[in-house]
Amino acid sequence: MVKSSPARDTAVFNDRLESRETIGKIYEYIFLIGLLIGLFVLALLLLNVFHDGLARLLTPGFLTETPSRFPDRGGIRPAIIGSLYLGVIVILVAVPIGVGAALYLEEYAPKNWWTALIEVNIGNLAGVPSIVYGLLGLGVFVYLLNFGSTLLSGALTLSLLSLPVIIVAAREAIRAVPDSLRQASYGLGSTKWQTLQHHVLPYAVPGILTGVIISVSRAIGDAASLVVVGAVSFLTFDPGLFERFMVLPIQIFSYVSRPEPGFANAAAATIIVLILLIMALNAIAIYLRQRYSTPN
Amino acid sequence: MTTTGSFDDSLFARGDSLLKRASDDVPEKIIGTILFACALVSVVTTFGIVAIIFKETVAFFQEVSFGQFFLDTQWTPLFNPPRFGIWPLINGTVLTTVISMVVAVPLGLSSAIYLAEYATPKAASILRPAVEILAGIPTVVYGYFALIFLTPLLRNFLPVEVFNALSAGLMMGIMITPTVGSISLDAIKSVPRSLREGSYALGITKLETIFKVVLPAALSGIMASIILGVSRAVGETMTVLIAAGAQPRLTFNPLESIATMTAFMAQVSSGDAPRGSFNFKSIYAVGAVLFLITLALNIGSYWISNRFKEKYD
Repeated sequence: MVKSSPARDTAVFNDRLESRETIGKIYEYIFLIGLLIGLFVLALLLLNVFHDGLARLLTPGFLTETPSRFPDRGGIRPAIIGSLYLGVIVILVAVPIGVGAALYLEEYAPKNWWTALIEVNIGNLAGVPSIVYGLLGLGVFVYLLNFGSTLLSGALTLSLLSLPVIIVAAREAIRAVPDSLRQASYGLGSTKWQTLQHHVLPYAVPGILTGVIISVSRAIGDAASLVVVGAVSFLTFDPGLFERFMVLPIQIFSYVSRPEPGFANAAAATIIVLILLIMALNAIAIYLRQRYSTPN
Repeated sequence: MTTTGSFDDSLFARGDSLLKRASDDVPEKIIGTILFACALVSVVTTFGIVAIIFKETVAFFQEVSFGQFFLDTQWTPLFNPPRFGIWPLINGTVLTTVISMVVAVPLGLSSAIYLAEYATPKAASILRPAVEILAGIPTVVYGYFALIFLTPLLRNFLPVEVFNALSAGLMMGIMITPTVGSISLDAIKSVPRSLREGSYALGITKLETIFKVVLPAALSGIMASIILGVSRAVGETMTVLIAAGAQPRLTFNPLESIATMTAFMAQVSSGDAPRGSFNFKSIYAVGAVLFLITLALNIGSYWISNRFKEKYD
């Protein structure tokens, strides 16, 4: 064995460990600050919106009246109704198709180029900007199918927009179901669909729900595609499925585009309503997720 | 036979059908076809996007030459004579995108590094969803905040115009931070512990391990997250429409009002662009450029994360 002399080692190599650890500590705080800046802006944004909008939100009739040309009068009822309609239709259209596509890709699809094509395609669709979906909706739903700039066209456009997120989340949830569950079900003589319906899907529900809520929140908050599809910026009646429509984000855009000062407050008040709506959706998702994820 | 009955019912009702093979079952086949049709919707969507953009873009180029579109430096479709150089719009998009990435890359990476390497599991389980709230806030809200709060604040130090690229770009950066952060975080977390421990065993400090071992190992994921962030910034509409204005200009001065490709498209559609009109075709032509740019970025991100992924098993 070689005998080492500590005194000689330190003379040759000085590891400066203390100063290196100090630099490390400084960087730890820099990273933390980087993280906190985002949260700080989030807090500032919410405080600012509540500060500017709360008084206007509490004006009588803001939630129940139709818009007015004056900033401190009227309300946003058509936009609230439009957004609720859209959310419901997106859930009814996009969730079954999305979960179906996920089931096909995870449980049925053979491993070949065609499946690979569908997978790459879904990945790309998730990255297509919302406004490009608007071009699709305008060309196909508004003109080709002749639905016009109606709530239906907007809802179908947003359904397509939501689809990739739902598919990706549902696939992950389905993939996470242990194979032993399927084998046990097959072992009892169940068919494939019985296995999926009674064992795989119930097990995957919490994960699927998360994806559904993320994508529906995104759809409810989206304005770009609906601007292109032709949502109106001023509506004095409650929108129906085959009528012209407006939604909360479009109402916010419409208020914020007007120069008179009072409209900024109306925009802030509408933002509070939109954020509360999205928070409510997320709260429902968390509740359902906890309810379903307990083993029954 | 039924596929919806409870286990006991179907067992008795089926009787001899227990001998049948599942692949002979008619409902089973129908269900397989229905699920395939669901998956097909996504392919049809892509096909629809490409077809509709192609059709209107071809119509656009029957009236405007490629030279006018790609070589001119003015975008003034409503003037007489109109000019259709796409560059001012691309300029606006590049400017706001660069500003947003200057914000999103450092903030996203710091968040990812802190959450993966320093935060206790409990703190990370609170901080990560908190940061991701930023990605869930509708983009009109960022536009509102940029115009109503940030621009007046910037005016205290800088001679910014009411609509300016800086304010919109900064807010977009905050918005994209979770996109960069989340994917980078996953990449950093997938670097195996043994690599870090090997590094510590050589007497290397935690920070040096992060910069020299962990980040290089996670580089493909980090690059992919940045490219996805760029793609989001390029496609972002409402923030720039509200806060950056609608003034197509060739400028890299962030204090001025500009117009991005997306803002032009939204602005024209919210006005009057009946089908077949020239305005209608022009939003599809600009949309074609936007779609191709984001497509290239998305494919690039996908390719990098697959091609350069380090495998440790």
